[in-house]
Amino acid sequence: MLTSLEPLINGILLGGLYAVIGIGLSMIFGIMKQVNLAHGELMILSSYFSLLFSQLLGLPPLLTLILVFPASFIFGYLLQAFLFNRVLGKGMEPYLMISFGLSIILQNALLLIFTPDARSLKTGLIIQTLDVYGLLHVPVIYLVDFAGGVLMIGFLHLFMKRTYLGRAIRASADDLSASKLMGINIRKIYALAMGIAAVTAAMSGVLVGMTFTFYPHSGTQYLIIAFGVVIIGGMGSLPGTFLGGLILGISQLVGAQFLGPGFQLLSGYLILLIVLTIRPQGLLGRK
Amino acid sequence: MLEIKDLNFYYGGFQALSNIDLDAKKGQIVSILGANGAGKSTLLKTIVGLHKARSGTIYFDGNKIDHLESHDIVKLGLVLVPEGRKIFANLTVHENLLMGSYTSRARKARKGNFENVFHLFPRLKERTDQFGINLSGGEQQMLAIGRALMSQPCLIIFDEISLGLSPLMVKSLYEAIKRINQGGMTVILVEQDVKRSLKTADTAYILQEGKVTLKGDPKNFTEGEVKKAYFGL
Repeated sequence: MLTSLEPLINGILLGGLYAVIGIGLSMIFGIMKQVNLAHGELMILSSYFSLLFSQLLGLPPLLTLILVFPASFIFGYLLQAFLFNRVLGKGMEPYLMISFGLSIILQNALLLIFTPDARSLKTGLIIQTLDVYGLLHVPVIYLVDFAGGVLMIGFLHLFMKRTYLGRAIRASADDLSASKLMGINIRKIYALAMGIAAVTAAMSGVLVGMTFTFYPHSGTQYLIIAFGVVIIGGMGSLPGTFLGGLILGISQLVGAQFLGPGFQLLSGYLILLIVLTIRPQGLLGRK
Repeated sequence: MLEIKDLNFYYGGFQALSNIDLDAKKGQIVSILGANGAGKSTLLKTIVGLHKARSGTIYFDGNKIDHLESHDIVKLGLVLVPEGRKIFANLTVHENLLMGSYTSRARKARKGNFENVFHLFPRLKERTDQFGINLSGGEQQMLAIGRALMSQPCLIIFDEISLGLSPLMVKSLYEAIKRINQGGMTVILVEQDVKRSLKTADTAYILQEGKVTLKGDPKNFTEGEVKKAYFGL
């Protein structure tokens, strides 16, 4: 009986990971009304950062986060400050083009440096399974993914609600010209926001790297997951993104259970289509 | 306090402001009047740096500000209460006011300014944890004014604050403006409500099609002059 709950539980756990994959994309859309097509590459870049740090310093992947977080923050900050800020106020197309170009450049740079071989972040957690009275088996790595995702989103939520900088970011998302009038330097706020989005991407990159294998071009695959999460949950909504992650995770794994593993992706996107038909702005999104 | 000389602004090929000269002296209430499309809001946006003028100069308190970004202008003590209020809808009243004191100069005076704002608009204190989106129109306007006052300004500009509000609310907002002015702040008032704003102002400017058509002490204006300047009849 309990065994049949496995797909549901694993789906929820995987959903926590999906949510943190989507959160950076959702955040940038909420704040700047822009879509960052290079979000997946920011993630995979962090996976490689982590690989590098763990090989050089002999650190376990989770500990490399101490170094990967600041590295990703700085990379994101500089990207926005020197690249994306140049097309501020020029509509969505230039931003899309730049981020698409950036995604291609990053993919090929990773290909040159790291070769197209499959990589993974080696951790002992991958072979461990939580055994609940012999009835229910949950991979420990999924628990770590879920915990990492929830921590990241919870932390981001508190940051946005409680800190002065978080409030300033929300203010500029609410009304751009009014926040300028109050003395907020939009370029700086956007650069900081992109830095934070890159930190969320780093979290998901390291978790994904520990759980699955990755390649230089894996970013695209996760960008699509991020889109799925954000479309189900609602662009720009933090709780919505979390909910979206859970729903996508559950629908994939429960779908795979009933329809067969080959239908995992299909069942996820069927749910996405249904949400899109019934509630185009996403479950918790605003019109 | 604010000196504008020979200001020209274009939207593409359309000249929205031509040769504007404007002078607001310290402690005055200056009112800028004009029909829809006369260029009032464009002028204000140019003053606060949201638009860049093609030519002309703007001095504030001895500083040349026509090349500065909005967020640098507010640091000098010039603040705009924008048309349509533009409060932060998903921030609470308290957070909106906090954002008003974003500049380092205003941060130092934050505590006192909170008290001043709550003294001026006790209603905001009652609603301090409400989100901006849940306030009534009048309360939103109070919040927009309060938020601007939090920036510790020397010159405060009001753009069409009576728009869409009940006459009673407008009356109480005007009383608040007078009290703000009596506290020593210079005020620029932009309105379509000719009678009320001429009554309140020390100096008035009437705009028509981007040009100043009448200026001076409104007590000396005749009704015919005002009509001609306003409508071009």
